[in-house]
Amino acid sequence: MSFLEIEDVRKSFGHNEVLKGVTLNVERHEVVCLIGASGSGKSTLLRCVNQLEQVNGGEIHIDGDTVTGAGVDLNKLRRDVGIVFQSYNLFPHMSVLENVMLAPTRVVGISKEEAKEKAMTLLTSVGMQDKSSAYPDMLSGGQQQRVAIVRALAMEPRVMLLDEITAALDPELVGDVLEIVRELAHGGLTMLLATHEMGFAREVASQVCFLDSGSICENGPPEQIFDNPTEPRTQQFLSRVVKSGRL
Amino acid sequence: MSTPDLVEVETLPAPPPSQPQRVTGVAVTALVVDVVGIALMVFAGLLLRDYNHGGIFSTIVAIILVLGSLYPLWPTIQGFRGGAKRNRLLHNDELVAARRASARGREDATIGLGYGAAAIIVAGLLLLGLTNSGAVAETFFRTDAWHQSFGEAIQAFWINIWVAVVSFVLVLIFGLILAIMRMLPGRAGAPLRLIATVYCDVFRAVPAIVTVLLVVFGLPLAFTFTQRWNPAFMGVVALTLTYSAYVAEVYRAGLASIHPSQSAAARSLGLSYAQTLRAVLVPQAVRRMVPPLMNDFISLQKDTALLSIAAIPEVLLVTKLWESKLFNLSPVTLAAVFFIVITIPQARFVDHLINRDAAKRAGG
Repeated sequence: MSFLEIEDVRKSFGHNEVLKGVTLNVERHEVVCLIGASGSGKSTLLRCVNQLEQVNGGEIHIDGDTVTGAGVDLNKLRRDVGIVFQSYNLFPHMSVLENVMLAPTRVVGISKEEAKEKAMTLLTSVGMQDKSSAYPDMLSGGQQQRVAIVRALAMEPRVMLLDEITAALDPELVGDVLEIVRELAHGGLTMLLATHEMGFAREVASQVCFLDSGSICENGPPEQIFDNPTEPRTQQFLSRVVKSGRL
Repeated sequence: MSTPDLVEVETLPAPPPSQPQRVTGVAVTALVVDVVGIALMVFAGLLLRDYNHGGIFSTIVAIILVLGSLYPLWPTIQGFRGGAKRNRLLHNDELVAARRASARGREDATIGLGYGAAAIIVAGLLLLGLTNSGAVAETFFRTDAWHQSFGEAIQAFWINIWVAVVSFVLVLIFGLILAIMRMLPGRAGAPLRLIATVYCDVFRAVPAIVTVLLVVFGLPLAFTFTQRWNPAFMGVVALTLTYSAYVAEVYRAGLASIHPSQSAAARSLGLSYAQTLRAVLVPQAVRRMVPPLMNDFISLQKDTALLSIAAIPEVLLVTKLWESKLFNLSPVTLAAVFFIVITIPQARFVDHLINRDAAKRAGG
């Protein structure tokens, strides 16, 4: 049994069917990259995993427990499933440190001192210790995104969802953020990430998943997807990416 | 088609350099406006002096006004000079310098025009007030009527302030209850949501003056125990009923204005709905609610004058009694001045808050 099992998940917004039956398994310590054009359903799939969106069909299991449907303790589920968004979504009225400490103190209930110590350790590991008292508006996009990653990590999630976390960054800031994700991958954190950074996906992914208009078109190890894609739609997508200079 | 074919810059003729604009026309217009302003102001000054029988104070005021109306001549003259300079430079083929001189000259002439127009308006208003041997001043601004009514008026005004403050405290509480009711989720909350929605719709539809009449005259008849209440408190009840409906909307709109991504971020960290509200949404929403709440508070202060129709001795009722006693409206103007004095600083404060928020958002 896989750690994260996504089984025939369907999701519609009104009449617009965004996910048309997606099945995907993620093993423990595995890094799975979702690639595909904008609107192919990558973000929606991630948001379904931690139930920010309710699925309309299918089931999701984490560590053997069904997390979709009625009666699930969503707050407990979301403690275990961290997510980082494309637009950072830091809380603008709190300092960096308060952003990171909020969930551990309020949700887990550890003491302020303990939470602060832990937050500072994490901030130091991403080079943000000097900015702990700054407010999000004063930081660059790359710095904000590093804080957002730390904020999710502070809850010690068992799986991390990264939703195109470098898509809104200036090109020269992408590297720092990807470096952190690379370290997390080497550290053995289970991750499911949507990305447009093909080079990065090839490097860190153990499995690459090409989504096309709401269903998985092709799925396999990165060498296979990037070097010998079998599906014509995958070939077409990748050749476009190569033309735009992203691979 | 290759890219170089799309660009034909080299084959196009160079556009002619832009010529300096004319200055004299603007300067002449400014001069005419200035002269009219001065003439009117001299006339108004003479009337003002005559109206006060050549008193020293009004003579000084009249002289200052006339001197002020002379000021626009100075930038107008600068405008003419700029125009002359432009013509000279253009004649010498110094195009760039001519354009600059023209721009300076036109700006000076426009300033002269603007100040001259303002002088005409001020002089016109003065003339309006002083013609008909001072009928306007006689009707609205009689100082002896102010003297007589001031003491009672200011005492009555305390009732207005008291009613406004007590009402607004109650409004903040009752409005919050309504807003929470309107935001209850799910099917369980549906009936309460409906009740709160109907309440807000009804009390925003009914004119405040109608609510005041119904409450102040109706409550003592319908609920006899309220007969012993201070009638001003009836007014508080009426205004609270009306303004709670508006304030509930402000609360709701304030929370709705926080981007859903903030809620998503908080919930994804495992915070419950209540924790998300308390730690993330409300602190951000409060800042956005303050300006509209202040606006409602200002409206509420002004609407305390509605209590006069219910025989509550607030400032408008008292000054109206003085009006009938003296056959002169000046005491009512005094009531207006009271409202102006307390309201304008608050309005400026709200503007300051809004500007500060706008600057913050622009900076972020």
